[in-house]
Order: sequence, then structure tokens, then C-alpha cells
Amino acid sequence: MKTLTKLIAIAAALGLAPAAALATAAAPAPTAAAPAPAAGEEAAANVAAPAAPAVPRTAPTPGVGQPDGRYGLQDQVSPIGHEAAWFHNIILVPLITIISLFVLALLAWVILRYRRAANPTPSRNTHNTTLEVLWTLVPVLILVVIAVPSIRLLAHQYSPPAADLTVKAIGNQWYWEYEYPDHGVSLVSNMIPDDQVAALGEPRQLAVDERMVVPVGATVKVIVTSNDVVHAWGVPAFWAKIDAVPGRLNETWFRADRPGVYYGVCYELCGARHGYMPIAVEVVSRERFAAWVASKGGTMPGARPAVAPAAAPPTVAASEGTAATPAPSNTVAAVEAPATTNQSAPSN
Amino acid sequence: MTDTTANAVHFEADPHRHEAHHDADHKPGFFVRWFMSTNHKDIGTLYLIFAVTAGIIGGAISGLMRAELAEPGIQYLGAWANSLHAMLGMPAATIDEAHHMWNVLVSAHGLIMVFFMVMPAMIGGFGNWFVPIMIGAPDMAFPRMNNISFWLLPPAFILLLGSSFVPGGTGLGAGVGWTVYAPLSTIGSPGPSVDMAIFALHLAGASSILGAINFITTIFNMRAPGMTLHKMPLFVWSILVTAFLLLLALPVLAGAITMLLTDRNFGTHFFDAAGGGDPILYQHLFWFFGHPEVYIMILPGFGMISQVIATFSRKPVFGYLGMAYAMVAIGVIGFIVWAHHMFTVGMDVNTKMYFTAATMVIAVPTGIKIFSWIATMWGGSLTFQTPMLWALGFIFMFTVGGVTGVVLANAGVDTVMHDTYYVVAHFHYVLSLGAVFSLFAGWYYWFGKMWGKSYNELLGQLHFWTFFIGVNVLFFPMHFLGMDGMQRRVPDYADAYAGWNWVATYGYILMAVGMAFFFLNVFWSLIAGRKAPDNPWGEGATTLEWTLSSPPPYHQFETLPKVD
Repeated sequence: MKTLTKLIAIAAALGLAPAAALATAAAPAPTAAAPAPAAGEEAAANVAAPAAPAVPRTAPTPGVGQPDGRYGLQDQVSPIGHEAAWFHNIILVPLITIISLFVLALLAWVILRYRRAANPTPSRNTHNTTLEVLWTLVPVLILVVIAVPSIRLLAHQYSPPAADLTVKAIGNQWYWEYEYPDHGVSLVSNMIPDDQVAALGEPRQLAVDERMVVPVGATVKVIVTSNDVVHAWGVPAFWAKIDAVPGRLNETWFRADRPGVYYGVCYELCGARHGYMPIAVEVVSRERFAAWVASKGGTMPGARPAVAPAAAPPTVAASEGTAATPAPSNTVAAVEAPATTNQSAPSN
Repeated sequence: MTDTTANAVHFEADPHRHEAHHDADHKPGFFVRWFMSTNHKDIGTLYLIFAVTAGIIGGAISGLMRAELAEPGIQYLGAWANSLHAMLGMPAATIDEAHHMWNVLVSAHGLIMVFFMVMPAMIGGFGNWFVPIMIGAPDMAFPRMNNISFWLLPPAFILLLGSSFVPGGTGLGAGVGWTVYAPLSTIGSPGPSVDMAIFALHLAGASSILGAINFITTIFNMRAPGMTLHKMPLFVWSILVTAFLLLLALPVLAGAITMLLTDRNFGTHFFDAAGGGDPILYQHLFWFFGHPEVYIMILPGFGMISQVIATFSRKPVFGYLGMAYAMVAIGVIGFIVWAHHMFTVGMDVNTKMYFTAATMVIAVPTGIKIFSWIATMWGGSLTFQTPMLWALGFIFMFTVGGVTGVVLANAGVDTVMHDTYYVVAHFHYVLSLGAVFSLFAGWYYWFGKMWGKSYNELLGQLHFWTFFIGVNVLFFPMHFLGMDGMQRRVPDYADAYAGWNWVATYGYILMAVGMAFFFLNVFWSLIAGRKAPDNPWGEGATTLEWTLSSPPPYHQFETLPKVD
């Protein structure tokens, strides 16, 4: 118990404080962290301690995180997604609909009013400076109106909060690999063939055997690269898409605010099975994430350096303790978390 | 080709024909006329025949794709791949080879429609036919170069089609998309197929560069007395701007694909990160060409639409100078927006902001054109023959394609739209419902002038309405598919996308019915059509081609017309 308390203190001092300073949402974290161990310990130990059993897969919810044949964007579950969907649905779509209908109405009017039967003698009018200035300036103004939220969205996309978790996604012909550098987990993720997918209750063409699992509310930095040709890692419900380019480390991020299974696909033509390398991201509670990490033979980063193998149970409980806090951005902000991967400013 | 023989015929024929030179309508024999042509109208006809042929092949390929996409799962691809393999005496195709065939179809459809249908029809076909006539010139500046411009295309096309029958990596053919991105097109596609496709682009590019030089020289030097630049018909303006875009953009493509060739065959590493190169460099080079290319495909269409709208409104074009310089502006801005095709490659945020802003600026000159067309009709005396229907359809459909372009211009929104069917919907609205509508407008507008026979109005209108409804049913649902996340260039998809794909395939069928009316009309009119009058359109048709007979004499304007 003593070790445990010490760990919490270290985690709070080194991990949570910077996180709280950077992400406003994390502000209440330190206080919330303190009482957590007592409550969270037992449950956490039960889940994760006994030699890491397999964690059951979350079943996808129809219409969430996957296409459902609708007329519009998928429901968004990340802050960028909410902002972008608002910009698209509230600003852009009405605007382009109005512009298109306006042009259609003008066309209908000239067709009716100036058809030969209605207007046998054409005018010779070919200039109207006021009108010409107007239809140059009004579109400029409309574009300025669009540009403001557009540029703001871009700025937000490129100013992620400090990352809680880093996952490296590597494109291959034709599957994805995921590496969790701070957890020592790596996965190979293949599409589940059509004949097996129905039994699992998952969507055909989208389900994968090994999902990328992340905790809910955590800012996930995804480092994307490729081993062969250009792929693209994209999950529509997160408003995230970035090319996987051999020889480059690209970066994107998301923060899923709801647990669930979110599907994506490879979005860049990459050869014969381009359509057969889907992406599935399972967003789970922090407890479940820790259990999943353990089940994959990894360790939560907060624990590793401070304890010998013998002290394993407290270690898990420690990370569980922090994980049980309501605030995001704290799970893996830990003693030896490499600053370069976790806190660096976005590049590219 | 059989140069020696051909020359012999030519020289033999020459002395006999010297006498006849005063007769403007004296045509050479079949072989000399069609295989060694130096006549802009004959070369224009060759280009149009070529474009229609390529269009049939490219359109049939899209029919195959829509058939496969009609339902989720793979229905036909395996059988098609097997029959191709059987034809070549190869063992049955594996599932990967069948999937590779899908990419070959996608790539072929794109390359054929861009390089062998739209460009030859607009620039080589209508440009050749009507630019010299509209400026009052007897022919193009370099008639023999004009001939080689055309004759580079058939070998290019044969190379491209032939590439489908040789190994290209996973299966037969070049499955790299019309963009030919490295490293899929280098290490990802061993075998001769991609090399053949690259050679095809080299030849087609050389053909276009020669054509562009010819048009620029012709327009700058061979205008009739009084035909100042600011009196040129807008179609001529559009071809002039297009020719400059071709001249500046195509060499960049040629360079990029040559680098691909050396990466593939001679061990260079321009686009190979492992050797210090950069795959993204290829994308920058490609799109520095590729974005002007999309304006190359639409600007001549703008020109044709301007002629048609003015003719059927019986009014001169509204805001002529604004219209001409809007095209110049579109051409100039077209060179500084290329990276909006690459928003997800991992670009700097400031770069993205710049390309977002620059891209949106294009909406301004485009808006000027849309509103000026409407203002041209405003106060006019409109009739609605087939060319006018296509022009009206063009204005609305191009607007729809344009506004989705504004959506995509926002890099932040493009994050989720990139490489989805939303993009497919957008560029088919501006090309299949934009460029192609303008091609049909031009085709019906000049049909009588070119072939001397009037087209059938009823069939023309049936063609328009079935095609118009068909392409909208075909492409509009693709917006929904894209917003819901469906990726491009896949033969199979999640079951949730089945509904809209099914609708789209039915739209294709309707469009195909429209094309049946088109071909019926062509054959009917060429065989049994009434003789076309010199000017079927009345007082609104004011450009020089309507002062000539239909078809025009073999050599027109041997005495230059004077334009006041």
C-alpha cells in the first residue's frame, strides 16, 4: 500500500500536473486521483491481475462508428469531429444548397420569362457594371464567411492537447499493424473474411481480427507510416484521416468521447486488396483498456520503471487508480513516459 | 507508318492536282486525305472519331464497374479476370488477380476519359474544326504538325489498352489509378504494364504539347484583319487559355513520369524514401500538372457554352471582357492550388491554410462566368433546341459540382471527404455533367456545320433528358456514399452502402439508354438527315463559321474575311 501511494504521488506530480496545465478538461484530475485507490483497487486487480485473460470484444452499435446508408456524415465522437460536422452541416451544406437553388431559380426565371414566345425581341444589353461588381464581391464575402470557421477548424486540428497515448499505425499490403510504444503492445490487424464475419455480428468488409483499442476520453496520437506503398489511415467517426507514406512519420490525433467500435478503411489506392484492409478502433473504459494491454502482454507505462516484477499487482492497481478518475488525459502520463512522443507539439 | 509509300502517293498526286488548286473544294484521295491530312477540318474530324471511339471504350469500362458495384460482394470480377486469362492462354485468375483487375478498370476508365476522350474531343476536335474558322484563318499555323499531333494519339491509346494484357504486378494491367502514385507505380507494380501506360502518357502528352503550340501560334498570328484579341469569340479565347495551360503543365507531367520510368527501370530513387527520395514529390509534380489539367478539360467547354448561350438567346455574350479574363484568371489560379488534392499527405498547417484559401478563390471567376451566362439569357429571346438544353443543363450541373468543390476546398472538411465517393461525385459533376454536357452542346450546335446534315431534334432532346436524369441518378447518391465514408477505388464495400450503389447503377443504365439515342441520332442523321442550312440558328449565330456553307469548303477563307 505504501508503494502504491508513492506511485500515485509520483504520477500526480510528473504526469498529471503538466497534463492539467495543458488541457483544461484535466483540471480536476489531481484532486480526483487521491481517493481513487481505495475504491478502484479491488476491481482493477480482479480484472487485470490474474495472468491477463483475453478481454471480450465490444459489440458494435448499428449506426455508430460505421456506415448505415444515410444521407449525411457519420455521427461524430471526437471534438474535431463535432466542430467539423457543425461547420459542414450548419454552414456549408445550407450555403451550397441556397447557392444552387438560387442559380436554379434564375435559370427557371430566364427560361420562363425570356423564352421566345414571351419575349420575341431580344435586348442588346451586354453590360451592367454594378451587377458585375456585385457578383464578384458577394462571392468574395461568402468565401470570407466560410474561411473563418474553416481556418479555425484547421488550427484546432493542428493544436492537439497533450497526448495520453501514442499508437503507431503501419500500413502494409494489405493489413495494418499497430504498435503501442509505451505499453509494449503490438498487433497485426487483418480483415475478417466474409464467411466468418456474420457469426460475430460485425459489419462485412469492416471487421478486423485485432482491433486498435484505446481508452475513452484519452487524447490518442496516431503516428502513421507504411512499409511498402502509400496507404491512408482514416476513421470517419473521428474525423481523422492521414496518409501512410513509406519513409515518413505522419501524425494525427483523436479523442473519442464515447465507448464503442469505430470502423474505418484504407483510403489510398494501394494495390489489389486496397478494399480489404479495414480499420477498427475499439474505445473502452480505462479499466478495460488496462486489462486489454495486460492481455496482450504489455504493461501500463506508469508502472514499469518503479517496480520489480514481484510487485506486479500494486502496479496494475496504481494505473487503475489514476484511470478511475473522471478526467481525461491522465492515464498514461506517467513517470517515465518519453516526453518526445507524449508531449511534443504537432508537426506535419 | 508506311511513310515511303505514302509519300510516293502524295508526290504522284501532286502534279495532277496543281491545276485544281483554285477549286477550294478539291479533296485528295482517301489515303492521303485521312492518313496524311494537313486540313484542320479533316484532322478535327479524325480527333472526333477517335474521341467517340475512346469514349465508347471508357464508358463501357464504367459500365463494367457499375455492374460489379450494383451489389455488395464480388459478382463478376472473377469471371472477367478468368476470361481475360483464358484469352491469353493463362491459368485461371486468383482472387488477388481479379481484385487487381478492378484497379486496372478504374485506372483505364480515368486515363481514357481524360486523355483520350475529353481532351481530344474538345481541343483536337472542336478546337481544330472551329478555331481557324472563327478567327477567319484558312487553316492552322502548322498543318503538318497538326497531323502528327493527331497521329501520336492512336499509338498512345494502343499502348494504354495493350498495357491491360501484360503483367503489371499482382495481375495483368496497370492498376495504379490515373494518378500513378509512387511507390505503387514503382516497387508496387513490377512488369511491363506500367511502363506501357507511362509511354502512353508520354505520347499523349507530346501530342497535346504540339497541339498547344499550334493553337497559340495560330491564334496569335493568323487572325483575319480586324479580328483583335478582344473581338475573338469566347471559344477561341478558351482554347487559347487552354493551350497555355497545356504548354506549361504537360512538361511537368512528362518529367514526373519519366522519373517514374527511371525509378522503375534504372535504379534511381526520385520517389523512393529508402534511397533518399520522396513519394510525396511525385504527388506534387503530378498535381502541378493535374490541377491545370482539370481546367484544360473544362475551359473549352466554357467557351462552347458561351457560344451556344449567346446564339440561342439571340444576344451577344454579357460581359465579354469579364468572361474572357475570368478564363485567364481561372487558368492562372489553376497553377497555384494543386496541393488541395493532397490535403491528407501530412502537410504543414500553414500550407493547408494557403491552399484552402487559394482554392476557394477560384469560385470567384467561376461565379462570374455562371452569372454572366444567366445575364446573357436575361432579356434574350430564348429557344430550346438540343444544344441549348445541354448548355442550360451544364450551367446548373456545373454549379452543383462547383459548390461541392468549395466544400472540398476546406482542408479541415476534406479530412473526412478525401478519397471518398464525395470526391468521385464532385469531379463527375464537373466533368461528366460539366465537360461532357458542353461536348454534347458543341456536338449538336455544330453537327450540321461539320457534317452537312441536320441532326434529328426529337432524338437529340430524348438524348438530353435521359442522359440528364441518368447521370444525376448515377452521381448524386455518391455524395451520400462519400459522406458516410465509402472509399474510392474498391470493388466491394460494406453492406450499408448497398442502397445508394444500387441506385447509382440504375442511373448508369438510364444514361446508357441516353447514349443509345445519341448513336441512333448520329447514324440516322448522317444517313437520312436533311441537308443542313448554312446557318440553322438564325440571327443569334454571329461567328464566322455560320457565314460558310455546311459543311464548309475544303479550304475556307482563301481571301481573308474582314472583321469590323
